Amino acid sequence: MKKFVLSRVLQAIPTLWVIATLTFFMTRFAPGGPFDAEKAIPQEIKVKLESHFGLDRPLFDQYLLYLKNLLRGDLGPSFKYPGWEVSELIATAFPVSLTLGVLSLGIALLIGIPAGIIAALRKNTWLDYLPMSLSMAGICLPTFVLGPLLIYIFSTQLGLFPPLGWYGPADWVLPSFTLGLFYAAYVARLTRAGMLETLQQDYVRTARAKGASPWQVVTKHALRGGLLPVVTYLGPAFAGLISGSFIIESIFFIPGLGKFFVTAAFNRDYTMVLGTVLFYAALIILLNLLVDLLQAWLDPKARQAQ
Amino acid sequence: MACVMPSIQNPPKIKAMGNLDIQNLKVSFHTREGIIHAVDGVDLSIKPGEIIGLVGESGSGKSVTCNSILQLLPTPPAQIEGGTIDWSGKDLLRQHDEKMRGIRGKEISMIFQDPMSCLNPYLSVLDQVAEPLVIHGMASPTNARKQACEMLARVGVQRVVDHPHAYPHEFSGGMRQRAMIAMALVTKPSLLLADEPTTALDVTVQAKVLNILKELCTDLGVSVLFVSHDLGLVAELADRVVVMYRGKVVEQNDTRSIFSNPQHPYVKALIACRPTLESNPVHLPTVEDFMNPKTGKCQALKKLESPSLNLDSQETLLEVQDLVVEFPTEDGPVRAVDGASLTIRKGSTHGLVGESGSGKTTLGRSILQLTKVNSGKILYQGNAISLENIQDRTRFRKSMQIIFQDPYASLNPRLTVEQALLEPMKVHGLGKSRKDRIDRVVKLLEEVGLGEEYLHRYPHEFSGGQRQRICVARALTTEPEFIVCDECVSAMDVSVQAQVLNLLRSLQASRNLTYLFISHDLGVVKFMSDEISVMQNGKIVENGLAEDLYRNPKSSYTRKLINSIPLANRSSDFGL
Repeated sequence: MKKFVLSRVLQAIPTLWVIATLTFFMTRFAPGGPFDAEKAIPQEIKVKLESHFGLDRPLFDQYLLYLKNLLRGDLGPSFKYPGWEVSELIATAFPVSLTLGVLSLGIALLIGIPAGIIAALRKNTWLDYLPMSLSMAGICLPTFVLGPLLIYIFSTQLGLFPPLGWYGPADWVLPSFTLGLFYAAYVARLTRAGMLETLQQDYVRTARAKGASPWQVVTKHALRGGLLPVVTYLGPAFAGLISGSFIIESIFFIPGLGKFFVTAAFNRDYTMVLGTVLFYAALIILLNLLVDLLQAWLDPKARQAQ
Repeated sequence: MACVMPSIQNPPKIKAMGNLDIQNLKVSFHTREGIIHAVDGVDLSIKPGEIIGLVGESGSGKSVTCNSILQLLPTPPAQIEGGTIDWSGKDLLRQHDEKMRGIRGKEISMIFQDPMSCLNPYLSVLDQVAEPLVIHGMASPTNARKQACEMLARVGVQRVVDHPHAYPHEFSGGMRQRAMIAMALVTKPSLLLADEPTTALDVTVQAKVLNILKELCTDLGVSVLFVSHDLGLVAELADRVVVMYRGKVVEQNDTRSIFSNPQHPYVKALIACRPTLESNPVHLPTVEDFMNPKTGKCQALKKLESPSLNLDSQETLLEVQDLVVEFPTEDGPVRAVDGASLTIRKGSTHGLVGESGSGKTTLGRSILQLTKVNSGKILYQGNAISLENIQDRTRFRKSMQIIFQDPYASLNPRLTVEQALLEPMKVHGLGKSRKDRIDRVVKLLEEVGLGEEYLHRYPHEFSGGQRQRICVARALTTEPEFIVCDECVSAMDVSVQAQVLNLLRSLQASRNLTYLFISHDLGVVKFMSDEISVMQNGKIVENGLAEDLYRNPKSSYTRKLINSIPLANRSSDFGL
């Protein structure tokens, strides 16, 4: 077990290096630079700025310098937010995105899993058709439609929650639901498919033959196998959730990570792009590891493979 | 006023605990293709302590009958149309779910066919065996585990006692089925329903598991409904045999009488159409012969001594020398075939028997170069076959074909019969024109007992036996001299098996074919073969003429294989 975790962490190092290298050169080869604006700044100031950030040096030297700093955990200064380090910007925005992500995931699981289980148990009845058509609608409905819709109903009409901002728990409700419902729809469909598959298994019939009640059959015998596809989906889904959503953040005016992700690329804020990409990559690697551990906990065969 | 005790008033009506009485049971399946009457008026009763064998071929309704006792059939599509199942005074078909749950696993237990899929892979074996006691509140979880350990030790699954956290995937099929038996009997039920419990096991493992089952049930006084397609197997175990055919009980009698004096033509057929070790017929009788004596070829019934081939005068067609095949695994290479040698003479059938994992299938496939060979030689008509020369290989492949075990999986579901049979001819450039090739296909189909009308059908429109006929026809398209039959009748009912075996034999005679006949069933191998090789752990442990090998087995392994075969399957006379 320890050996498995250690080997996975060690494997992450070359992965992150490849990602850093690719991102570094791809951003550099993209046309334009961090100090090209519509209103051109005077040439001598631009030259000064570039030399300040070391952009006048040969590209490969910059690359080596970046890697050297990276090893020390230094992601460099942001080019667009003067006086801010990239790591500082991530550190202020990430807690916001993490809160939003965890809440949304909680909503997704709390709604999605029970809905999926009920739909599977009552296959081809209205208890199956209703949640499954709703989930289809949830998948098709973009968040930029659902978000304003929720604002209109719960904020404008009912006045229950604030429409925007990120100051206290009341602000968390609408964005979490907007994001969570979309994922709940996926989780519900995956749970239903997984449960239908497991409920057909011979060992479920064995459990019934032992005299187990429907509740015991589901919770003790069918649920583990039925949730495995959901668990596999959780890793990348959770990484996506907590690394911020540009659309949700824009609708609800939330100071999260997603905004930096998108604007940094437009601004050619090289260090910021690299910083957010590496952060996202590390998150995905970490969460996939957690998913594997979770699967091993659920499935003894996977445990043995490790 | 004298108080009349109700128990005195109606003692004759109270049925003894553990008495099962099925009356006029009717179960149908509502499918898109229409209603199928799977069980059509079955009467069956089991007295306490009795072991009943319920026998029939696939589709006869035996499993459906067994599953309806505990109401384990999926409804829909299944629907109980009528009848009663009386269990100690209660009609099981009219019990509420909760009452039924109290009976399942406590009063009536069940074990199923496939031990690989019937245990929950996510729970430890010990927990699963202990679970019935916990569900029925018969013991605390700790105490239940203790009792489960005792039961597991009794059925010989010592490993769980030593490793309480062992999971099903760590066990072999035989061990899992023993665990299933322990799980079913841990609550000391009155009746055990066993639905083909040993069908998925090797013959030696089957013998062990059956012994355990019989001993334990006799010890605990459990009555058993033993469902099986294998009449010979049931004879080993049962006090009374019930034979089902197309949803109806056609005959029931005590075991001895069923074998010595079968009444119904179907039962007669079942007994006769299975190749046994003692008999030497040229053709096997089929169910058709018995059911329609006028149209059936009754001469097949006559036992004929097979005209023995003079093997010494036949030239050698294929020779395998010191063949080694290894498969890489995580724990290093595993030798599937470990220095096997055999000689196959032209026009003869060479049988290859062994249990699963003995390497017989790998050996068959490596002869056709479908599996990479690590060392050793394969000589065909004196020439070495190797993978290097592609032209040579194509030429060898043309003269060698294979028929696989599962006719469902080995035919491409998206090709019509015509397409499937034309393909090998195209690959090898046989036939002058398309029309010529189609003519050949039609001829082949007629030869295997199908006709031109089947040309444009897809595999799913055929039954298992018909599909295997198509596979036989496909193997014949390239006019081969040598065919590997890899467990090609193992998945079939005995009546269908008899037809396919007869077909293979008659084709051999008319086309002078040479077979390598691979099977785990010694009876079938002996019926087909002139010579037999016995394989164990990748090695050939014995080989010789079929008759000699059975009469005087030299290796202990061969003796073990023969002794594991149910007595009734060794001789059709049931030793009477």
